[in-house]
Amino acid sequence: MSEHSYVLEARNVSKSFPGVKALDHVTLKIRPGTVHALMGENGAGKSTLMKCIFGMYTMDEGEILIHGKAVPVAHPRDVMDLGVSMIHQELHAIPPQNVMENIWVGRIPHRKALGVKWVDKKRMYRETREIFQKLDLSIDPKVKVSTLSTSYCQLLEIARAVSFGAKVIIMDEPTSSLTEKEAEILFRIIKQLRSENVAIIYISHKIDEILQISDEVTIMRDGAVVGTWDANQMTTDLIVSRMVGREMTHRFPPRDHTPGEVWLEAAHVTSAAPRSFTDISFQVRRGEIFGIGGLVGAQRTELVESLFGLRAIASGQLSIHGVKVAITCAKDAIHNGMALLTEERRAKGIFGVLSLTDNMVMVRQNLKPPVYLGKSRILLDRKKRDADARKFADTLRIKAPSLKTRILTLSGGNQQKALVGRWLLTAPTILIMDEPTRGIDVGAKYEIYELMEQLAREGKCVIMVSSEMPELIGMSDRIMVMCEGHLSGILNREDATEEAVMALASTYKKNQGVDENERRE
Amino acid sequence: MNAASSRNFRKLMADNVLYICLIMMIVVIAVIAPSFLSLGVLTDILTQSAPRVVLAMGLLVVIISCGIDMTVGRLAGLSAIISGSLAQTVTYNLKFWPGLPEFPIFVPILVGLLVGLLVGCVTGMIVSRLRVPAFLATLGMQMIIYGASLLLINKKPNHSQPLAGYVTAFSDFGTGSIAGISYLAIIAIAVMILVHIMLTRTTLGKNIFAIGGNREAAIVAGINVHKIEIFTYALCGLLAGLAGVMLSARTGSATPSYGEGYELDAIASCIIGGASFTGGIGSVPGAFLGVIIFNVINYGLTFIGLSSYFQYIVKGLIIVFAVALDMRKYARNA
Repeated sequence: MSEHSYVLEARNVSKSFPGVKALDHVTLKIRPGTVHALMGENGAGKSTLMKCIFGMYTMDEGEILIHGKAVPVAHPRDVMDLGVSMIHQELHAIPPQNVMENIWVGRIPHRKALGVKWVDKKRMYRETREIFQKLDLSIDPKVKVSTLSTSYCQLLEIARAVSFGAKVIIMDEPTSSLTEKEAEILFRIIKQLRSENVAIIYISHKIDEILQISDEVTIMRDGAVVGTWDANQMTTDLIVSRMVGREMTHRFPPRDHTPGEVWLEAAHVTSAAPRSFTDISFQVRRGEIFGIGGLVGAQRTELVESLFGLRAIASGQLSIHGVKVAITCAKDAIHNGMALLTEERRAKGIFGVLSLTDNMVMVRQNLKPPVYLGKSRILLDRKKRDADARKFADTLRIKAPSLKTRILTLSGGNQQKALVGRWLLTAPTILIMDEPTRGIDVGAKYEIYELMEQLAREGKCVIMVSSEMPELIGMSDRIMVMCEGHLSGILNREDATEEAVMALASTYKKNQGVDENERRE
Repeated sequence: MNAASSRNFRKLMADNVLYICLIMMIVVIAVIAPSFLSLGVLTDILTQSAPRVVLAMGLLVVIISCGIDMTVGRLAGLSAIISGSLAQTVTYNLKFWPGLPEFPIFVPILVGLLVGLLVGCVTGMIVSRLRVPAFLATLGMQMIIYGASLLLINKKPNHSQPLAGYVTAFSDFGTGSIAGISYLAIIAIAVMILVHIMLTRTTLGKNIFAIGGNREAAIVAGINVHKIEIFTYALCGLLAGLAGVMLSARTGSATPSYGEGYELDAIASCIIGGASFTGGIGSVPGAFLGVIIFNVINYGLTFIGLSSYFQYIVKGLIIVFAVALDMRKYARNA
């Protein structure tokens, strides 16, 4: 088989982030006119690989070939000119502009007159119409993008890719914000593109979808490719076992805790923000690890941030140990024994330029009565602060040159452990961990799991939001699954299988078919 | 071995660029004009710098919390006018408030501080509560304050004349000294020590660094972000008020042009002193050195017989050079 039978190849691509090897000599080959599914758990390196191919990250090693020729991929624009387009998970539309301006942004058709480039609106309109007709889309090119729903913005991105004459289109979780009906439109467009010899790289967690539309499946795990197979040879079980890998049994510490009395209770909690979450009720026991699962957009982070007082709730009641509590800010939550390890470590967790000590004692330092004051009762006692930080840096095995090190220079895993330490210093009874192992390496992951296990053993409530299915199933005593802001079910440990969680995670979508046009973002 | 020692040397240079700059400047000036190295000149520089040091300390706190305050120069001007107007003798023929008696000097001083505090609180509320970007909010406030100064001093019987005719006690406060060190320098040193202790040794100071380091994370950590943000602007205003009083007392006069452009000098001092516009970084010794470097340039250039207009070019070069060096330091760390 000649090299040219591939439209796009990534060869031996490696990429490291501080403390994590995100891609380890990954090779991916895409044939023209096929739908190539790319699967793997979160953190397996799919998105990183795509960003390397698309010139958004600089590879440490490896090369990208298009039609068998090595090409430089320094900038997305170069790659797009070579016929590769990417539909992002996050949308990049410019809302105040109209549809055709969005499609042609950066290369608007023009006429030259008097030495000035004038926008050729007629041509722009005509060419936009042609693309829409080809894709069978009924969107007026002159309408403002801000009036379109999220899903239409996504279709717009695809139209934009087509307008570039793309030979390869990368779609990263394209259906995560689409309803069933809109997903059908997308699949139709994908089939149409395939018949025109366009290759699609399709990243998704939804196995049914993959089996339905793809020709080939590549599975990634821990930054490496497990293998590539024909889609018609694959089954759900095969895909799952290959995604998860054999070491699944050893990935979690032995379970050695028993849930006790009900401690935290949420009753009919509804967000103040519209279209966030509605009517969520659940109980968490002492000594229980309570998982919260769901797809992107299930509003899990919004829910836990509301419990912690960072977002307003419109109605509902929170009780701790049978006593009703009102929590309107983080301070209230902390005084009620709650702790929240936020999903976005950099954006909402670490104080990057501050020292490890400052980062670790920041919450305890603000508790009343103050614990770190010296004899003067005004000034802080450095020794007391350092002693606390030292103690938890040691127990959590944080690797850092010194306590004075700026935390942003540490690896993701050590940063995360420092944040865990920050909360453990407040001796919480309810520990909410939002994606606790995101972006940290396998070793640190296991340590976080051990810690969760230990906290449960000590009788604390551990609430874990996770998008990593194995983690959710492997660690949780019970799993609450959310779908588009609704509670779709709570699974006991015995019933928690990947299929059961996935089924619940998409339940509301199937049953309600919410009109996306009304769910504008 | 050699490579390592040269790397260490470069690191030493990079970490202490400010001290090296200052020492080099002093050496150059002293070689040309040896009398520069006298106690009199140095205390003179310290006294001259005192109001600017006080201003820079307030701004430093705001910059560490990831804010910016453009009002401080004009606010010092307003405070200079108001405190000056309350410090005039009854016999002065253009007395600003003809009906008022002569006050003991703590009244003009206190009122000047109060003006700064109040305006600072308002600025803080606008920035923290209304979430107006700090640069724009304080730029707007700066104009409002300047307008207020102009309107105020245009009042009968003053008609925009510079204020003068202060009671001797007030002028003494501005020009007097104890054991060879001026009162103003003592005040500036006291302010520096207090701000330094506040920033490095109190929970409040740690929280200011936290907010500047990551506002979102500070909210999650249960820190009362609004309260502390307002505090930083209030403190900055208070110190601007104090600087205004000091200016007024030292010169024995006040006009709306007092303090003009001081905010930019103060910002530049903080930044070359190592503070970062992205928040969470900055120190009192750094900001102090920044102010002193600027004043040494100012004073030194005239001392060696060069036009003081050169100072702008030299200052500009130093700002660009110092920040460029700083960026390189961070680029290496990242």
